[in-house]
Amino acid sequence: MSETPLVDELEKGPWPSFVKEIKKTAEMMEKAKAEGKDVKLPETAMGVLKQLERSYEDKVTHWKHGGIVSVFGYGGGVIGRYSDLGDEIPEVHHFHTMRINMPAGWFYSTKALRGICDVWEKWGSGLTNFHGSTGDIIFLGTRTEYLQPCFDDLAHLEIPFDLGGSGSALRTPSACMGPALCEWACYDTLDICYRITHEFQDELHRPMWPYKFKFKFSGCPNDCVAAKLRADCSIVGTWRDEIKIDQEAVKEYAKWMDIENEVVKLCPTGAISWDGNELKIDNKNCVRCMHCINKMPKALRPGDERGATILIGAKAPMVDGAVASWVIIPFVPADEIFDTLTDLAEKIWEWWDENGKYRERVAELIWRLGMREFLKAVELEADVRMVKAPRNNPFMFFDKEELKPSKYVEELEKRGLR
Amino acid sequence: MPYIEVKGKKLELDEDGFLQDWQQWDEDVARALAADDRFTGAKVELTDEHWEIIRFLRNYFEKYGVAPPIRQLVKEVKKALGPEKGNLQYLYKLFPQGPAKDACRIAGLPKPTGCV
Ligand code: SF4
Ligand code: SF4
Repeated sequence: MSETPLVDELEKGPWPSFVKEIKKTAEMMEKAKAEGKDVKLPETAMGVLKQLERSYEDKVTHWKHGGIVSVFGYGGGVIGRYSDLGDEIPEVHHFHTMRINMPAGWFYSTKALRGICDVWEKWGSGLTNFHGSTGDIIFLGTRTEYLQPCFDDLAHLEIPFDLGGSGSALRTPSACMGPALCEWACYDTLDICYRITHEFQDELHRPMWPYKFKFKFSGCPNDCVAAKLRADCSIVGTWRDEIKIDQEAVKEYAKWMDIENEVVKLCPTGAISWDGNELKIDNKNCVRCMHCINKMPKALRPGDERGATILIGAKAPMVDGAVASWVIIPFVPADEIFDTLTDLAEKIWEWWDENGKYRERVAELIWRLGMREFLKAVELEADVRMVKAPRNNPFMFFDKEELKPSKYVEELEKRGLR
Repeated sequence: MPYIEVKGKKLELDEDGFLQDWQQWDEDVARALAADDRFTGAKVELTDEHWEIIRFLRNYFEKYGVAPPIRQLVKEVKKALGPEKGNLQYLYKLFPQGPAKDACRIAGLPKPTGCV
């Protein structure tokens, strides 16, 4: 009989199962131990499932509220977690989380990944999360006494890694893969993300603010890292001149695509016209939504005068619900983004730090004191292009007919649960 | 729960090594907490510079009932002890695991709240 019958229920069905994955890790850790490898916590992964079983029985979480643990020179990056079942399930009594700063754009060599995993097998539960919602690599579950040696080993890998941000600090900046893989990148997201991370090491590792602050870098308005909805400061690539059109390529699309209905009519500002022969874009009225470019990537491209829009104040729902960010700098040329941003960040932080209440995000402070005060503090002139929430709907809506039932639904139907 | 022994008395700590009852604190307790490496990986040798910060934290806590926000700590230290001490780097040099984990813990303040 299994020790965890309730939890095992979650292995059934065709969908991915975290229980299966945790059991795989538990097996791997036990095997490593049996092979004589130096692993400190071979039973912790299984311990998580044991504790979860107890939670399902008792209908209550057995994780206690966060603790304070850290490594030398760092005020953040490790989140303390303890179990209130420490006596019964000592494997998970300490279950601290480490946040590891991911590479910009989440590019790894297999060698880098192996290095990370070896360190974590030795000093932790072996359980990881690639990646957390901030973007960091998450190491799940270790004991206080292993934090420092784990950190030291990470720092001495051939491809070393550092901790990310946590608490009331700058959180690990994150960027879309940008020019490394994507033809639409209007600036080098990876480079700026990397440089900003280095520039603000102190702010990242030594929390000192009212609350957290995030930078996210997207190379174009498609905004693959959802900067406009998740970052206190969103840097979204854009262009100032005209969309480049290859009329011959448009004609190729016209052979199989209904340009009128799929492109022209879906342009949010009605800026496109198509007479069956030539596609015209009224660039003054184009709001850079990317729709036409996404539809016809071979025919349309962002213009040549590239740069970014800087926005302020997005955050996930907490007290006041989700907030989309607000434009504060309509356009910065690509080669000026870094300097503009470092200068701006210092001013934003100064103002927020001086006026913010405990646990008040910069967006909330702007509501409380007003955009006018904010602009004064960061020395920007009000401008009609400072659009509030240029894209405020994070949801997609589909018609019922468009949706095929997923495997999940099929399975539910098969079991008569739907 | 763990505890620490000072002058024959057992004082209760929490899992992160913070004193459970801030009123049990005195300078001997601070020395014992600084020398306790069960929760931090290394002892802190207390010098005059450390005591300046510890006393500041203690006074602030007794007056306001909470630990100061870190920014305020930096500012006040700057005012009281001069600009070369009023910065985060200086605080981390003295208390390598940061103002919360090392400085507040040794000063016997209740564990600062707030999580991730
Ligand atoms: S945000 Fe734009 S540039 Fe970045 S990956 Fe997505 S589509 Fe490409
Ligand atoms: S990018 Fe969007 S707004 Fe601009 S022309 Fe294309 S569909 Fe219209």
